[in-house]
Amino acid sequence: MKNLTQILARMGGVNLLPVAVAAVAFVLIGVPSSWVTLTVAGLAMGMMIFLMASGLSLVFGLMDVLNFGHSAFVSLGAFVAASVLTWLAGWLGADSIFLNVMALFLALTAALIVGLAGGWFFETVIIRPVYKDHLRQILITMGALIVAEQLILAVWGGTPMAVPRPQFLESAIILGDVSIEIYRIFAFLLGLAVYVALYLTLNRTRIGLLIRAGVENREMVEALGFRIDRLFIGVFMLGSALATLGGAMWAGYETLISPSLGAEMMIVVFIVVIIGGLGSIEGTLLGAIMVGLVGNYVGFLMPKMALASNMILMMAILMWRPSGLRPAVK
Amino acid sequence: MTEQNSTGALIVKITVLTIGAALLFAPFLFQDVRSLEVAARICVFVVLVASYDLLIGYTGIVSFAHTMFFGFGAYGAAIALKQMGPGWDAVMVGGLAGMLVSLIVAVAIGLLSLRVKAIFFAMITLAVASVVLVLASQLSDFTGGEDGITYRAPQLFKTATKLAVDEDGKVLRLFGVKLNGKLAAYYFVFATSLALFVLMFRLVGSPLGTVLKAIRENEARAEAIGYRVVSYRTFVFCIAALAASLAGTIYAIWLKYTGPDTMLSFSIMIDILLMVVIGGMGTMWGAVIGAVLMVLAQYYLRDLMGAAAEATSNLPILPELLNPDRWLLWLGIIFILLVYFFPRGIAGTIMQKGIAK
Repeated sequence: MKNLTQILARMGGVNLLPVAVAAVAFVLIGVPSSWVTLTVAGLAMGMMIFLMASGLSLVFGLMDVLNFGHSAFVSLGAFVAASVLTWLAGWLGADSIFLNVMALFLALTAALIVGLAGGWFFETVIIRPVYKDHLRQILITMGALIVAEQLILAVWGGTPMAVPRPQFLESAIILGDVSIEIYRIFAFLLGLAVYVALYLTLNRTRIGLLIRAGVENREMVEALGFRIDRLFIGVFMLGSALATLGGAMWAGYETLISPSLGAEMMIVVFIVVIIGGLGSIEGTLLGAIMVGLVGNYVGFLMPKMALASNMILMMAILMWRPSGLRPAVK
Repeated sequence: MTEQNSTGALIVKITVLTIGAALLFAPFLFQDVRSLEVAARICVFVVLVASYDLLIGYTGIVSFAHTMFFGFGAYGAAIALKQMGPGWDAVMVGGLAGMLVSLIVAVAIGLLSLRVKAIFFAMITLAVASVVLVLASQLSDFTGGEDGITYRAPQLFKTATKLAVDEDGKVLRLFGVKLNGKLAAYYFVFATSLALFVLMFRLVGSPLGTVLKAIRENEARAEAIGYRVVSYRTFVFCIAALAASLAGTIYAIWLKYTGPDTMLSFSIMIDILLMVVIGGMGTMWGAVIGAVLMVLAQYYLRDLMGAAAEATSNLPILPELLNPDRWLLWLGIIFILLVYFFPRGIAGTIMQKGIAK
């Protein structure tokens, strides 16, 4: 028994959990082609959720601030990207891949810029006065969420909005009897790229070193003469921009978005960061992939249970590890 | 002089007593259907907000699952009244079932997650509540889905019921008010709400209330003195859940309709949050003031905003922002400003006035 635990730990410990889930699902589903489709869908969904959740987790880890208004950025990103894509509908329909890519690039960039600006505003105006006061933080960010949602409603209206997708992402790749939507592969690759970039920044650069040091001991970093408050704004803006990017990707995935999107995603995002352990990027990725995979498998196997599956997953993991799968060192 | 008997506290208490008197005589003072609706809603929400204040104001727990308990009580009564027909037995069964479910869920959530940080707890309750909301909309055989359930209240509360008749067999009028079932229903709501409120008021004045405040102020110290913080927190979470569940049952009997939007939705949670913060956290008086202001705003501010939107209809974005549907936007802004500048809310701020230094 002890040997087994050791072997498991050497092979990656909790990181094996998604693999285990996928293996169990393979046995339960029994049809390889649907299993592949579901797994790809789950991974793509997980990566998009990771984009949305990573900012929340990072901000909490560094600043000890939990932003309940985070989901407003998700909605904002979705709507900004959708507006830009609708505006550039001519480019999207064009045969030239270059115009397609440009339109998509502009939409994602617009979402990112809005996220950065919104993050800066949010940090300086809303959150700055209530550092270190959790109760008021929860209340203030909740209030900000209400205001932001109402503003989105005022600008874009309450009716669902159709999101046009670039031509070259519309089709599916067919391998044997498995068909994989290209958009899902794109979402997965983008998420992976963001993860790798975040990982390298945090672990290989000087800024990352400062951020990690700030997570561990804020006063010490300040005492050494670094302006940690600037770092805070930077991380907050980055986190918000990641949320808008995730929202923009999600808009393309759903193709029909409504202002309640942010509120719906917020629950999933919260479940992901709770499962993963607040404050760690690796944990968030793990949690997001778990939620994406389990959601898709359960939706296929027992459609009635799909809604409760995230909840049950969270409860089970909290009982096993009360502070999440891979909590940040603190 | 302490905070309890400063001039400010006196003002607050007089205001609350005036509100209480206005609610007591509401059917006679405001003789139209809408006002009675408003008065009943205020009564129920005072209980709901006071029970939430037990958590957020007195113990420092932020829960987003309070409407869930409200909904349990309401759906319990609604389902029982639908299945068993209108009657007191159905009300009892439904109310008790709602309370039982609330209690079980509250104990489960409490033991599982009240050990962790406030922020974690807030997130977990939010997740649980949203799952329950989705379940209530999905299990349509049982809960009526999005449409909710309509049912009949017990015989006594029907508008056609005559409480007293004059010689001609018509409904007796007192000061021009028909003594019919609607009046009985209102006084049922009023009396039960008052009883629950007084009960909670006693609770926070008791030694238990003092312990709760101690936990809020300094958790580690309370633990060190020898109070089991987790047990106390779980206990108060259960009490608040039971009170919310009862408030739900009362409101379900009054409305004769239960649906996800009126009983479970997240917007009700936001209403409660706004009421607690506007009124003042940590004072039962504040719960009354906050509930009254918010419910009045809900019913009458929208009319005002509609008029304002029409008046500014020539200007660019302004009418869109003044649209009656956008009233939450303004409340949200007020809410943020209140948390910044008056974290003690209306009641707390006034009560501080007149304290001799």
